[in-house]
Amino acid sequence: MAKSIDVSDLDIYYGDFLAVQGVNMTIRARSVTAFIGPSGCGKSTYLRSLNRMHEVIPGARVEGKIVVDGQDLYGNGVDPVAVRRQIGMVFQRPNPFPTMSIYDNVLAGNRLNAKKMKKSEADTIVERSLKGANLWGEVKDRLGKPGMGLSGGQQQRLCIARAIAVEPEVLLMDEPCSALDPISTSAIEDLIHELKSQYTIVIVTHNMQQAARVSDETGFFNLKGAGQPGHLVEFNPTEKVFANPDNEATEAYISGRFG
Amino acid sequence: MTTLEKNPTPVREDMPLSGPRLPAYAPLLAVVAAIAVGGALALVLGAGVVAAAFLAIVAFVVLLPLWSRIVEGKRSAVDRLVAALVWVALLAAIVPLVSLIWTVVSKGAPALSADFFTYSMRSVFGDAQGGIYHALIGTVLVTIAATIISVPIGIFTAIYLVEYGTGSRLARSITFLVDVMTGIPSIVAGLFAYALFVLFFGPGVRMGFGGSVALSLLMIPVVVRSTEEMLKLVPGELREAAYALGVPKWRTITKVVLPTAMSGIVTGVTLAIARVIGETAPLLIIAGKTDSVNFNLFDERMATLPVFIYYSYTQPGLPASAGHERAWGAALVLIAIVMILNVLARVIGKAFAPKTGR
Repeated sequence: MAKSIDVSDLDIYYGDFLAVQGVNMTIRARSVTAFIGPSGCGKSTYLRSLNRMHEVIPGARVEGKIVVDGQDLYGNGVDPVAVRRQIGMVFQRPNPFPTMSIYDNVLAGNRLNAKKMKKSEADTIVERSLKGANLWGEVKDRLGKPGMGLSGGQQQRLCIARAIAVEPEVLLMDEPCSALDPISTSAIEDLIHELKSQYTIVIVTHNMQQAARVSDETGFFNLKGAGQPGHLVEFNPTEKVFANPDNEATEAYISGRFG
Repeated sequence: MTTLEKNPTPVREDMPLSGPRLPAYAPLLAVVAAIAVGGALALVLGAGVVAAAFLAIVAFVVLLPLWSRIVEGKRSAVDRLVAALVWVALLAAIVPLVSLIWTVVSKGAPALSADFFTYSMRSVFGDAQGGIYHALIGTVLVTIAATIISVPIGIFTAIYLVEYGTGSRLARSITFLVDVMTGIPSIVAGLFAYALFVLFFGPGVRMGFGGSVALSLLMIPVVVRSTEEMLKLVPGELREAAYALGVPKWRTITKVVLPTAMSGIVTGVTLAIARVIGETAPLLIIAGKTDSVNFNLFDERMATLPVFIYYSYTQPGLPASAGHERAWGAALVLIAIVMILNVLARVIGKAFAPKTGR
């Protein structure tokens, strides 16, 4: 498990509008990579292009190369559904399926793909995934209850359990803690540390302390100006980005002197 | 000598938070007074009860705001005026409804008996015991067939509009045509079905299934609109969550989107059934009228409740009172069916609604 991702000369468009321009980076396997930057600079857009979720929006397209395990994600004949099975995603707001119980939510990725499995096998996956998401202890007595009945932080961990239940190679997280309180945030950050040993994790965050706490490498995205495309300003090990960044703009953003 | 003067603190007036208010029973008192005024005026002018009620309403809308203007001030008076108008509008809506139900129940209830539901009108002359069995069977079969035709078409159209065709020219023209279809007069739907079936079976064709086709023409736009609204309410986040798990689009629709919207869709379908079950004109043309029981949708005339009511009232036979009573009885049964369908829609809606309990 866990693959590295090589991105070269990536341009992302919404229709004719160039949203992100010229991104080059290598995301290492079994590490946490964080993206920071001001709103609207294309971090989330870029993250979504990594598992072709970007295309869900009509008119969106990508130019350039994203290579995972020797295969170009945007090459001919690549099935976006197959890509998403390998590269899972956790969203900004927790979104468990409202018609399903906690148990079924965890199994959603398997069940919805019509994978036949024995009860014992399903139980094993549910327990392993919920334990992996640090939620097992809180919900093991009410697996049959609706997933919507959990608190926001629990719902988000349920979504993480759902994402890791299909055993992806890579886990993308789009501001996973922005709708949560500090306690739940810290639970999820601990979780990210544990997941790092098995998965390649990419996280977008607005919280720079969070990026500093959880990530091994950090990418800073910025806009050249209003209406201009976003671009990657700096991509370096997190310690270097926060202590001694290469770029002045990065330092200005991190120290709060933005502009 | 000069001193540094501070800016003087502006003197503010008192802040009155309380003022004179009308007592809580004021509206009630105004109603009583208005009725008295209306009654007195009607007596003086020699007008009837309806005129008296109208005068009383006008008096109420004038009296209460006027009183409020004198005691409470302008803003409260406007508030009272608008509240009075809202109450009058409610009354105007409720009175005909209650009156209608009361008339149907009082005139139709005597006709109801076990025989009324189990007898057809075959060889019934004069005031011999007849019933609505044949019409009931006809209505149920025709409506079920119409539902079977329109629900799949309606739901699939809505799925196309929301999930596949968003913003495309085709989707916009479909939406426009569906809106136009909502306004089709039912008689036109009946004529369309008749013309269609004449093509296949020759002139003078009568069959229950033709009625189903005509009704489904009226039902499809209702199903499309209600399903479309319900599918739009399903958050895009749920679709994205499913896509991100590597679920193909069609499975996302069948396993995530439809179950989430199911309660609304079922309610919409039930209300669409209630909407078409009382249609008379199309059935008059294509399903026709008969006194006998007919279980075959595809052959011969088929009686239905609305058509039965129409004929029982316009051609009651002798004595007329027996036919009229049957018409009122059938009308009561039809209203009861629609009411039951509405209650059913609510119950089903609740049963399918996503649960959030802990």
